[in-house]
Amino acid sequence: MFNHRHIETIKKECKAHKSYLFAIGFLVLIVSLSIFAFLLPYSPNAVNVGEALQPPSLHHLFGTDDLGRDYFTRALFGGRISLLVGLLSMVISTSLGVIIGATSGYFGGVIDNILMRFVDILSSIPWMILVTVVSIYLTPGLKAIILVIGLFTWMRTARLVRAETLTIKEREYVLYAKLSGQSFRKIIMKHIIPGVLPTFIVSSTISIANAIMMESALSFLGLGVQQPLSSWGSMLQDAQSTLGNAPYMAIIPGILIICTVFSFNKLGDIFRTMTVKKG
Amino acid sequence: MSTSNVKALIEIKHLKKYFPVKGFKARKKKQMLKAVDDVTFTIKKGETFGLVGESGCGKSTLGRMICRLYDVTDGEIIFDGTNIENLKSKALKPFQKRIQAIFQDPYSSLNPNMTVAEIIDEPLEIHTNFPKKDRLNMIKAILIKVGFKEEDMNKYPSEFSGGQRQRIGIARALAIQPDFILCDEAISALDVSIQAQVINLLEDLQKEFGLTYLFIAHDLSMVRHISDRVGVMYLGQLVEVSTSEELYKEPLHPYTKALLSAIPVADPDQKQDLGGDLIQGELPSPLDIGEGCRFRSRCPFAMDKCAKVAPELKKVDGERVVACHLY
Repeated sequence: MFNHRHIETIKKECKAHKSYLFAIGFLVLIVSLSIFAFLLPYSPNAVNVGEALQPPSLHHLFGTDDLGRDYFTRALFGGRISLLVGLLSMVISTSLGVIIGATSGYFGGVIDNILMRFVDILSSIPWMILVTVVSIYLTPGLKAIILVIGLFTWMRTARLVRAETLTIKEREYVLYAKLSGQSFRKIIMKHIIPGVLPTFIVSSTISIANAIMMESALSFLGLGVQQPLSSWGSMLQDAQSTLGNAPYMAIIPGILIICTVFSFNKLGDIFRTMTVKKG
Repeated sequence: MSTSNVKALIEIKHLKKYFPVKGFKARKKKQMLKAVDDVTFTIKKGETFGLVGESGCGKSTLGRMICRLYDVTDGEIIFDGTNIENLKSKALKPFQKRIQAIFQDPYSSLNPNMTVAEIIDEPLEIHTNFPKKDRLNMIKAILIKVGFKEEDMNKYPSEFSGGQRQRIGIARALAIQPDFILCDEAISALDVSIQAQVINLLEDLQKEFGLTYLFIAHDLSMVRHISDRVGVMYLGQLVEVSTSEELYKEPLHPYTKALLSAIPVADPDQKQDLGGDLIQGELPSPLDIGEGCRFRSRCPFAMDKCAKVAPELKKVDGERVVACHLY
């Protein structure tokens, strides 16, 4: 799937669009920082009331929060949660989407009708209401939020994959494989899946961005991860009470969310141009 | 090539393909689209049989039934003495090795995610037990045969032009040394100079390997150069089968005449006078054909009889058959 031609295209695209370079750079930075956050001198949960609400300084890069916890450390650990939620719910939603979309497209007929009407029903309910109602029945927490986002965002992927499968199965190379006696399983593995892959990759990067947004929104409403765990969304919520004397507490997670979502969307764009160029 | 006494490779007997029409009303009425309706002909070993007709006349459906991409509604397909119309997966496999196809659209007939070597390897992998290294050598040999260099095997289809891609398709069809190749509009998507090039290649390969072709096309001009015999199809039925020489010299069926008169010529003064105007109107819907001759609604020679009795295929002289009340 990936070879030297793709790397060449990425290099060329990055030269032409500075925003791509920023996106890739930012993602590499934020992912590696969140992974290696445990190397930081402070603990994210170490309370030190004596140093509460200190503005950003060399000592505390992002300052401290109302309990005197190092905000830089908390932001990185929060990023860990946000990225984890984004990634895992993307895995759930895209695998559901690909399986349902490909089945629907390949078999067609009644199966297609039933699955797609189900997709229509789910997509017609505003996700915010759906997710809020469902999360009332689950104990709030990391697992619940990943499941809820993953289980209710696969519809778009399913539609895309279905459309792609429909066009690919009519291509003459699939007809050729059929008449040559290629097995059903190998047709799917060799022809359908690689053909769907570009769509799938683009859609999954954008799913990550969406999931991070949803997680932030839910955590902001208090339906997301619970204390002492924090995510960027819940940090935003905590910052509300101290907005007057410590605005940086809201600005920092806000900027992090914006940049991450932007970067994942750009990553989707990069993948998209790569697949178009290949055509 | 003289083909009069050669054994038949493919015999098609009363072949039919009906598609159920979609929609609630149509399903209730059990409405059927008769794409191919009672077609009988033979393709002899080593010959090229041309099949022509307008879009939607069922010629591609017929070809796909021979390749067993579509199930047969009724009738027989006899390949080299064996009925293959009802064979399923395992029993069909030896025939899938002997029947290959080249498709119309050189852009959709090759998987863009696979290299040329992987594309040509597909039939080899299915039908032979050679180790990968031997297969690669076979692929190299076949690529050189159709006019490529060895290095081209690691390129992707997007790096080639339409004509080149079609040659890759030919190489893929040839790789497992089939007896029969279906060329489904194999040159229609190419421009004229490339068409000639591909036709010449197909003819050379036929001589070298003794291949049999079924050449499906919608215009008669190119079919003339490659076919030994030509069948003309109209609305799911054959209306005339003849050697290509005779067909072009003296077309019998009014529809054949119309098709021939539609071929553009370089000098309009030289145009053969075929004694009939160009046919008018569109192909009638294959959903309600009714009784009588299917061509009567557009035929300049239609008689009363044509509306009542459907003409059967009749032997006129030699090997020539035509379905028309005029003869």
